[in-house]
Amino acid sequence: MDMNQYLDVFVEEAKEHLQNLNISLLELEKEPNNVTVLNEIFRVAHTLKGMAGTMGFSRMTNLTHNMENVLDALRSKKIEADITVVDTLFKCLDALEGYVNEIISTGGEGEQEYEEIVQSLTDILDKSPEAKAQPKKKKAGKKADDSNANQKDKGLRLNLNIYDKNVIQKAIEESLNVFQIYVELDNKCLLKSARAFLIFQILDKYSEIMKSEPSVEDIEDERFDYSFTVMVVTKHDETLFQKELNSVAEVRNVEVVRITEEHTEDIQDEEGDKYTQDDKHDTADIDSAAQAQKPGAAKRLTNKTVRVDIDRLDVLMNLVSELIIIKTRLDDVGVGEKTNEFIAALENLERITTSLHDAVMKVRMVPVENVFNRFPRMVRDISKELKKDIVLHMSGEETELDRTVIDEIGEPLIHIIRNSADHGIENTKDRVAKGKSKTGSIWLRAYQDGNNVVIEVEDDGMGIDIEKVRKKIVEKGFEEEEVAANMTQSEVIEYLFKPNFSTADKVTDLSGRGVGLDVVKTKIEALGGTIELETEWGKGSKTIIRLPLTLAIIQALLVMVGSEKYAIPLSSIREINNISPAEIKNVRNQEVILLRDMVIPIIWLHDVLEVPREKSYANKKELTCVIVKKGDKLSGLIVDSLIGQQEIVIKSLGKLLSGIRCMAGATILGDGNVALIVDVNAIV
Amino acid sequence: MGAEKKQFVVFRLDNEEYGADINKVTIIERPMNITRVPMTPHYIKGVINLRGDIIPVMSLRLRLGLDEIDEDENTRIIIFNINGISFGAIVDSVSEVLQFDDSQIEGVSSIISDKALDYISGVAKAKDKLVTLLNLEKLIAELIPA
Repeated sequence: MDMNQYLDVFVEEAKEHLQNLNISLLELEKEPNNVTVLNEIFRVAHTLKGMAGTMGFSRMTNLTHNMENVLDALRSKKIEADITVVDTLFKCLDALEGYVNEIISTGGEGEQEYEEIVQSLTDILDKSPEAKAQPKKKKAGKKADDSNANQKDKGLRLNLNIYDKNVIQKAIEESLNVFQIYVELDNKCLLKSARAFLIFQILDKYSEIMKSEPSVEDIEDERFDYSFTVMVVTKHDETLFQKELNSVAEVRNVEVVRITEEHTEDIQDEEGDKYTQDDKHDTADIDSAAQAQKPGAAKRLTNKTVRVDIDRLDVLMNLVSELIIIKTRLDDVGVGEKTNEFIAALENLERITTSLHDAVMKVRMVPVENVFNRFPRMVRDISKELKKDIVLHMSGEETELDRTVIDEIGEPLIHIIRNSADHGIENTKDRVAKGKSKTGSIWLRAYQDGNNVVIEVEDDGMGIDIEKVRKKIVEKGFEEEEVAANMTQSEVIEYLFKPNFSTADKVTDLSGRGVGLDVVKTKIEALGGTIELETEWGKGSKTIIRLPLTLAIIQALLVMVGSEKYAIPLSSIREINNISPAEIKNVRNQEVILLRDMVIPIIWLHDVLEVPREKSYANKKELTCVIVKKGDKLSGLIVDSLIGQQEIVIKSLGKLLSGIRCMAGATILGDGNVALIVDVNAIV
Repeated sequence: MGAEKKQFVVFRLDNEEYGADINKVTIIERPMNITRVPMTPHYIKGVINLRGDIIPVMSLRLRLGLDEIDEDENTRIIIFNINGISFGAIVDSVSEVLQFDDSQIEGVSSIISDKALDYISGVAKAKDKLVTLLNLEKLIAELIPA
C-alpha cells in the first residue's frame, strides 16, 4: 500500500472541509451563540484532525487539536465566541489552508508551525481555567476505557486452522513469540484503510504478519468495519506492541494476546473453531453498535458520486468532438445518392451526438458556488482592514459553468470585488454625509442567459468619475484633447481596461481603479468571454462578465471570404442583413451603416483576414453583412457569402500561432479541411 | 568515449542537402490541403489537419530565403516535434536517413560567422556529399512568444 494514493483524496476532502469551516465561521461571527454552527465547526476540526493524523501530518494535527480544545470550551459555554476568538479561529483556518496548499505543491505539510496561533488558542483557554481542565479529564477517561477493554477478553478472535497451528508450533520451538493483535479503530476514522496501513507498517517493522482477518486485500479496499485481527510472529514482547499501536491516532483499542500451544491444542477439525467463532460474533456486535452510535448524517452524501480526474473528462470530450467531426463528414459524403433512410439514420446520429455532447458537458459543469464561497470571507477581511462597513450579497451560486472556466474565473473576480470594496465603497463618514446608508453593499450575481453565463459585481459606492478618466486619457497621451472630449461614457470606460492606464498616477483618488483591469480583461477574453463596466458617479458601478457555457464545441456560422471558409461563433451574431453598397457612409474615416436608426461601424473581413477585396464590389447590388455584438456594441462584418450554420469543434492553433489576435482557433470541417474561427471580440 | 552516432533525416532544398535530427521528426507526409492563416510571417503557409490535430506548416524554402517552387510528386511535409511544439516544413524531397558520428560533423563557427545563418548547427561530411544540419529550435524561435 502506498500513502500517495490517499493524498489526492486527502487534499480533495480537506479542501471541502476547509470550505465548510469558512462558511461556518462566518455564521458564527454573526450568531456567536448558535450551537448548531459550533457543533459543525467542531465536527470539521475534528475530522480534519483525524485525517491529518492518518496521513502523518503532525503539525496540522497539533493545530486542529488545539482548535478542538477551544471549540470544546465554546460548546460547553466556558468561554464566549467574542471577536478575538473568532479572529483566532479564522487565523487557524488560514494556517490550515497554508498546510493544505503546501501539501498540494510538495506532498508534505512543510515546516511552518504557526506557533503564535497555537499560543493564542491556549491563551483563550487560559482565560477560563475550568475549560483547560476539561480536555485533560476526557483523556484520562479514555485511557481507563482502554485498559478496561484490555482486561475484558483474553480469548482468541482468530480462526486458527491446522496450518496456523504448524506455524505457531514452529515459532514456539524457535522461542519466538506469537501474538494475536486485535485493533479497533475509532468509528470516526475516515481513511480507515490508510490508518490500517500505518498499523501494518508498524507491525511489519517489529514482526512478521502471518494471518489477518479480514484479509489484507479487504482491508486495503476498505471492506472492513472498524476492527481487524492479525497474528504475528516476533521476538519482541507484548508491551512494545501495546505502546507502539496505542500511539497511533484514532486507534480506540489494542488487544495483544500471546498465543501458546494451549490455544492450538484443540485445532484438529472444524469443531475447534466454534469457540473462536462465538467470539467473532461479539466483535461484530460491538461494531454494529459502534456504527449505530453514529448520527445518520455521518453516512456522507458523497457516497453516490465519483471523483474523476479532469484529464479523463477532457479525453472523453475530445472523443465526442471527433465523433461530431465524423458526423459532419458523413453529412457531406452522401451528397447526391442520399436515400430517405440514410437521411433518417443521419438525423438520428445527430440527435445522439448532440445529447452525448450535452451529457459530457454537464459532467464538466461545476456550480459557481465553488468560486463564490471564498468571497464572503474576503469582503469581511477587507472591511475590517479598511474599517468600512461592507456587506456582500450573493445570488445564483447554483449557476453552473465549465470546470476550466471555474478554475480561471476566481482571480479576475477577486480583483473586481477588491476594487469595489477598496475604491468603490466610501468610508462610513462619507457615506453618511452623502445621505447613503451606513453599510456599503456589494452584490455578486450569477445567472444563465442563453448560451452564456453572466456574472455581475455591483457596488453602491462612489462610482467612477468619467471626467477624471477623460483628463487622464489626454494626460497619458492616449488621445488628443478634443477627441477625448467627444468620447461617449462607454468609450472612456474602455480606457480603464487598457494596459498601463492608471498604474503610474498615484495622486488622484482614481488610483487603483483600473490597475490590473487589463489583466482581468485579457483573462476573461482568453476564456471566450466579455467584460463591461457601467458606472454612475456617486451612485456606484457594475461590472458585467459574460462567459460561454462551454469552450470546446459551439454553434457557428460558416462564411466565405474570398475563396476561404471562416467560422463565426453564433453566440456573437445578432442578425444578418443584406445591404447595398450605397448604404455605406463614411463618418470620421470610419465606414458605417444606419440600421433601424442605429449607427453601426462596418468592418470588411477581407481587410482583417488579408484577403484581397473584389475590385468590382462597388458595382455589386448587395453585400452580406453579419451584425455581431460585443457586449452591447454592434458591428457589421462584410463577407462574400454564407454557407450555413454548423456545430463546430474548437481546436487550438497551437503554441506557434497563438500570437494571432483575430483568430479564436480552428475547426475541422466535414471534408477534412481546416477552417479558422474568427475572434469577434478581437476584431471589432 | 566511443564516437557517438546520430541519425539524421536528409532532405533536399534547391541543390543542397539538409539534415534534421531524426529524434525530432514525427512523420513525413505527402502534401495536403493547407489553410492559410492571416497575420503570420510570410514563410508560414498555414495549417493542416493531421489526423485531427491542427498543425502549422512553413515553407522551408521561404524560411531559408530561397524562392518558392510549385509542388511536385517529390514534395514532402516533414512534421517536427520540438519540446512539445509540432510544426510541419515543406521540403523539395526527402532522400534518406544517414548516420553521422561526431568526427564527421564540423562545428558551425569554423565555417561561417554570419549571424543570419544561425539556424545551421553544423555540416556533416558524408562520402560523396556535404549535408547541412539544421538547428530546428532556431527555425521557430521567433514565433514562440517569450
